[in-house]
Amino acid sequence: MIPTLLVESTGVLTTVQDLGRLNAVSAGVQAGGAMDRFAHSAANLLVGNDPGLATLECTLTGPALVAEHTCLIAIAGADFDPRVNGAPVSPWTSLFLGPGDRLTFAGRRNGARMYIAVAGGFEADRWLGSLSTNLLAGRGGREGRPLKAGDTLRVAGEARKPGVAGRRMPEQLRPEYGDHTLHAVAGPHLKRLDPDGRRLLFQATYRVGRDSDRMGYRLEGPQLIATGDELLSFGLVAGAVQMPSSGQPILLMADHQTAGGYPVVATVVSASLPIAAQLLPGDELRLADITVERAQTMRRALAGALETLREGAR
Amino acid sequence: MRISPLGDTALLAELSTRLDTAVNTRAIALAAALKKRRDVRQAIAGYASVTVQFDPELATHDSLSAAIKRLAAKRPPMTEPGRLHRIPVNYDGPDIAAVGERLQLTREKIIELHSRPIYRVFLVGFVPGWAYLGPLPKELVLPRRAVPRTLVPAGSVAMAGRQTGIYPLPTPGGWHLIGRTSVKLFLPDSDPPCLFRAGDRVKFFSAQS
Repeated sequence: MIPTLLVESTGVLTTVQDLGRLNAVSAGVQAGGAMDRFAHSAANLLVGNDPGLATLECTLTGPALVAEHTCLIAIAGADFDPRVNGAPVSPWTSLFLGPGDRLTFAGRRNGARMYIAVAGGFEADRWLGSLSTNLLAGRGGREGRPLKAGDTLRVAGEARKPGVAGRRMPEQLRPEYGDHTLHAVAGPHLKRLDPDGRRLLFQATYRVGRDSDRMGYRLEGPQLIATGDELLSFGLVAGAVQMPSSGQPILLMADHQTAGGYPVVATVVSASLPIAAQLLPGDELRLADITVERAQTMRRALAGALETLREGAR
Repeated sequence: MRISPLGDTALLAELSTRLDTAVNTRAIALAAALKKRRDVRQAIAGYASVTVQFDPELATHDSLSAAIKRLAAKRPPMTEPGRLHRIPVNYDGPDIAAVGERLQLTREKIIELHSRPIYRVFLVGFVPGWAYLGPLPKELVLPRRAVPRTLVPAGSVAMAGRQTGIYPLPTPGGWHLIGRTSVKLFLPDSDPPCLFRAGDRVKFFSAQS
């Protein structure tokens, strides 16, 4: 019997995501994928999946799902107060849903994006090598659209490891979601800001603007002016901090445009992207200047934390 | 060449700051060579640059920078001229009259100038299927519109600066819309999902004549 889950309601925006389609970038298609790769991967590993299987990314509010057959799930990322049949359950912990069990969320306590993984992964449309939903192209995931009430979610296959309930990721191994300091490496065009501008970029408090979504965040703060000739368009990456002529930076996120010509004054490092993914419009943040070496140490620490879940599944 | 980090798992190699076909050819060849490496996850050629995303378990900025310099020093392989696409255009875009007024050109002259060159696809990117084409004849050069449109219809043929292009999807846009074409640029059910590839050539012709 293939386990299925019925979507009773979806919340604000729930999409199927995996680790994205980096190969499609040369065709101008955004790489996409989970905004918080750490939480997405952790949820998968907790149920014995490879980190690349499809999860549900739920923004701001959770869905209501009813299990039609027994399945093993895990919830990670933002805390929306998960409940099974009304009783609180722990996030970052694997648990079984039995036939008829109802998974709901009582309300957001912190963060912006929550991930739900199921042992075996969610079945979804594969487009250009990935199950991620691309809303602009209307492809991938669930018919290229957000989930809607009445959808039936099927499990794609067998989990790589046998399922065990109660596997947990300890809090000290998770990213420090409460600390809104985004670590960043100097960008290729940082010198286009004058010394005062460079200092301000890494000292000022920015606020996530209202026009912020999976493509990128507008950062509101001191106006910084980049000088010099117009740049020829070049390939971009998630985490790049662009400085358009308005002087208000844009932080590129998972669904960012593949190329652009604005100066890139900094790049938020891979270890800080999960924290960025959990910010909401109105949240304050700071960009902290670090070296590439420090960024690599931070990346290895998070990769090591995920590795402990992989070992634990043996 | 200037190589700078883009965070901890990517870098940007800037070959030049000029819009130049020869530089673009080198960038495309360099990206293709880098893509074959096991430690490279993706390499995208810009107009005059290559953006490389690498596997941090297999490479560092230093090891990859050295590899890029080595590859760039080699003579690029002789490349075949890119495929030639002939694109029919109805030159009746909403901006063609305003463009004519600002440049002091008749509509006929704009059509003649725009459809004369064989353009090069410098870069595919920005949104799915978008291709930056150029260089545009000097007589047609205009800065972008002061206020971008919030929605440009798919198939709009547009120009700005030394560039021209076709909007593949309905998106916001600040370029001058001089015409439209029925040719589909974004082909979501094909792989690759776009008509144009970097290095291809494009010739427009007036569909009315």
